[in-house]
Amino acid sequence: AARSSPADPPAPPRATGRCHQLFISWALLSSLPQMVGVVGLEIHAQIQSTSKLFSGSHVRFLAPPNSLVSHFDASLPGTLPVLNRRCVEAAVLTGLALNCTINRKSLFDRKHYFYADMPAGYQITQQRVPIAVNGMLVYSYFEGRRRNQVVTKSVKIKQIQLEQDSGKSLHDDERSQTLIDLNRAGVGLMELVMEPEMCCGEEAAAAVRELQLILQALGTCQANMAEGQLRVDANVSVHRPGEPLGVRTEVKNINSVRHLAKAIDYEIQRQMEVLQSAGKVLNETRAFDSKSGNTIPMRDKEGLQDYRFMPEPNLPPLFVYESEASVPAGVDPAQVVVIDRLSGQLPELPSVKRTRLVETYGILQEHSFTLVNEDGLIDYFENVVQTTKAEPRKVIGWVIKELMGNLNSQNLNVSQSPISPCALAELISLVESGHISSSTAKQVFQEMWKAPEKTVGQIVKEQDLWMINDKEELQKICKRIVDSHPEEVQIIRGGNKKVLNKLMGEVQRETKGRTDPVQIRAILEKMVS
Amino acid sequence: MSASSAASRPAAMLGLSIREVSQALRDGRVSATELCRKCINQIQRTRYLNAFITITEETAMEQAQRTDSRLRTGKKGIPFSVKDNFCMENIETPCASGMLKGYVPPFNATVVQKLLDQGAVLVGKTNLVEFAMGAGSTDGVFGPVRNPWSYTSLYREQSTEDPDSDWAITGGSSGGSAAAVASLSSFLALGSDTGGSTRNPGSLCGVVALKPTYGLLSRHGLIPLVNSMDVPGIMTRSVHDAATVLRILQGRDERDSTTVQAPSTPPRLPEHFDIRDICVGIPKEYHAPGLSKDTLAQWSRVADMFEQAGARVQEVSLPHTQHSIVCYHVLCCCEVASNMARFDGLEYGHCSKVDSSTDAMYATTRHEVFNSVVRRRILSGNYFLLKSNYERYFVKAQQMRRLIAEDFKNVFRTGIDVLLTPTTLSDAARYSDFIQEDNRTRSAQEDVFTQPVNMAGLPAVTVPTALSHRGLPIGLQLIGQTLQDWKLLTVAQWMEQKVNFPMIHLHGESNERELNRSVRERTHTIGS
Repeated sequence: AARSSPADPPAPPRATGRCHQLFISWALLSSLPQMVGVVGLEIHAQIQSTSKLFSGSHVRFLAPPNSLVSHFDASLPGTLPVLNRRCVEAAVLTGLALNCTINRKSLFDRKHYFYADMPAGYQITQQRVPIAVNGMLVYSYFEGRRRNQVVTKSVKIKQIQLEQDSGKSLHDDERSQTLIDLNRAGVGLMELVMEPEMCCGEEAAAAVRELQLILQALGTCQANMAEGQLRVDANVSVHRPGEPLGVRTEVKNINSVRHLAKAIDYEIQRQMEVLQSAGKVLNETRAFDSKSGNTIPMRDKEGLQDYRFMPEPNLPPLFVYESEASVPAGVDPAQVVVIDRLSGQLPELPSVKRTRLVETYGILQEHSFTLVNEDGLIDYFENVVQTTKAEPRKVIGWVIKELMGNLNSQNLNVSQSPISPCALAELISLVESGHISSSTAKQVFQEMWKAPEKTVGQIVKEQDLWMINDKEELQKICKRIVDSHPEEVQIIRGGNKKVLNKLMGEVQRETKGRTDPVQIRAILEKMVS
Repeated sequence: MSASSAASRPAAMLGLSIREVSQALRDGRVSATELCRKCINQIQRTRYLNAFITITEETAMEQAQRTDSRLRTGKKGIPFSVKDNFCMENIETPCASGMLKGYVPPFNATVVQKLLDQGAVLVGKTNLVEFAMGAGSTDGVFGPVRNPWSYTSLYREQSTEDPDSDWAITGGSSGGSAAAVASLSSFLALGSDTGGSTRNPGSLCGVVALKPTYGLLSRHGLIPLVNSMDVPGIMTRSVHDAATVLRILQGRDERDSTTVQAPSTPPRLPEHFDIRDICVGIPKEYHAPGLSKDTLAQWSRVADMFEQAGARVQEVSLPHTQHSIVCYHVLCCCEVASNMARFDGLEYGHCSKVDSSTDAMYATTRHEVFNSVVRRRILSGNYFLLKSNYERYFVKAQQMRRLIAEDFKNVFRTGIDVLLTPTTLSDAARYSDFIQEDNRTRSAQEDVFTQPVNMAGLPAVTVPTALSHRGLPIGLQLIGQTLQDWKLLTVAQWMEQKVNFPMIHLHGESNERELNRSVRERTHTIGS
């Protein structure tokens, strides 16, 4: 559903007309420690599964409205929920990857509220005993002027609970109608609660980014925020360290990691300003407006909601077993969720992947982040490394600078690259073997990008870019340059060796970069000495 | 009553048990079509009972004809009826509520499907109270159900009043199903039992009514009242038949996660078994205030009967049972409030014309059609579930529920096999007396002996025992241990064979015509 964005969100309250007061409070404040932001996250991750959490309806994005709705999804009386084992396994896998304790027995509850896209009048969730608790997510981000200092932090995961997604309401303001699509109703969600242990937008964004990578590696959620597979609400407050937490607001309507950081930082700033102007932060829900970068109060629907929780009577407790041996007699182990079996299925997680990349290839830590962040980039990199004899540290430069530079500027992903890992390997090999110079190679790379049908060899040949390796010819070229630059030669001979670089530049220009700088320097040095 | 009267003639075939009529079908003494026709005719003849909401004459006859043409054995061709809170594909299922008027489910309840798979022939959907909330079968949108036994010669001869003003209730909430089996319109009917809704009308209408162990029968397709207590109930005219049907219906259903694997069950109940191996418990708390003399007398008579036959009969105590009704009230209201939340008029069912806002539409939709009983339970349930009340009401009631269940376990642990209790306080009340009290009071009175069993999920069966001095049936209840339904029925069959309950004989045809006329005018008499 397209959300109509409000034209002009109200400006955040400012302290206009209250200068005197403001001055006094500033005076008071100056002796106190600075206020800091406190951020917790509530994340809804749509479980990647073929069918819904409690019914056999398929799960598909962009299917015709109401085409994926079973009798249960439409809450026909007499229908009962039947738990989808695949969704439980997804939650357990996610819990294991996030270092959670998996509850051997968890329970389902009903959370009641009337909403048009929730046909039963309640959502089945896990309020009392969720499937996983007490986890931890380790995440990193970069600091420093060049943003190459890795900062690693962790945030506690309070719990992961299984619950149903709602349908979608589409408001037709013109005809004042609301249309309901129940395709999404009953899709499995994992609600992850991250404790308020982050302090700013950047931290929250880094945590969510890491979570996305983990979920994608596990295959338990596609985690695309724009498509709503991952929905992140931020609980934001400010306080002075050592004092109790301030009143928090909940910020919703955030549909990218970048917006998450912006929304949180805006909200922290806003709350600080409210408090500094002796105002009060209200416990409210606010929406992020991506156009203005502001958060604005959402219409509070019903004031204080009492969800009237009660146990879901149609679902027995959910049991998860440690190992096949602990499955009780009479229960088919193939039909239940066994932790050992799932632990064995855990893929290499992003943090492990990064360490492996750094250790195996000797690349920089920040490069390992880039490799892991881009879907398919590790494969691409490793492919190139395996096909060429070049040092991985040389390959990484090509992959991160040239390849990613081009992909990013054209908004392509790795799989859409016109240059295959093989072709790049070939190009790098030519540099390594001294057949082309590295500056030429960059030129060839751009040509390859434009004409992917041509081989590296074809391009080099057509444009006459092969390296000049013939000693006599190089001598001749150098002689010409030395002869035509008597003044510079004079200065060099006078002791200023730096000017040799100028001569080298001239040689490069003349040969269109087709010479090896080391070789040329040696020749030139001999000539001028 | 003349023996050749029209009402008694169908009894020759319709009064048989399932076992007997199956044999008649196999022997070719009657065809499925003839049998179905007889049942439909009997339904029509007894329209005044108001037992049916829908008569599925056309589909029933088609199905019976198909059965005849296939000439296969089994339970083929047995006419049955189903309480209108079970969903059936392509058959309107209003559940005695304006909310579901015109609602046609797109699927069959599992238990109904299992009967259809056996070749049984559905003749109609039976009347109940709105959403099965109540013990009288008196306040559904289709009007009250009348007890067939108040139309026997014995009752009518004692009555000085018009048959349309002096008649007895069936009990409820499965009153229509009980009346259908009692009036020989069906050989079998399905009811549902949440607090006694199958056993109570079964007892008042003189039929065998079994509430199986919770989870033994699938609830898929049963419009819920209290999910944690609802069980499909079986009503027949003999214990043997109830066992036969139980065997067909029991077992795990992947569409109901609360169902369990059925214990292995022999093909039929043992004809002879030694009652001296059985220990019968008599819970002293069931000597409740209001227990009628007639019922008490029957209870003593049957207890003596067990004792004289060599069974061990022993007084036992269920100390927490007295709190069962009040806890049931809390738990029932909570689940009702929750289950009824789906009726918002959007997906199906009644929808109000008021559409000024979604909230206004919800409110008026629900207000327009839920009766006061349903509304009261929804309001109470939502109150009990409020965050500030949850511990005080819901949690307390659940704790008490566990104690009630523990009581039963403790008694069975001492070697008791079955408990013998009255099913109801007395025989069926006159309709005009019954409606003097409100639904809540009546439910509390009527469910007192049946409801604790639902709290504990145990199997229980009521067996018609004798007629009261008013000529109305009195039943006694046997309660068994979890998943020991078969043993329970074995004891029940022994008891059934000893008590010799009489066959129903509806009053003569001349009277019946009169009734039909008065039924047509009923709307006026009741409305006035």
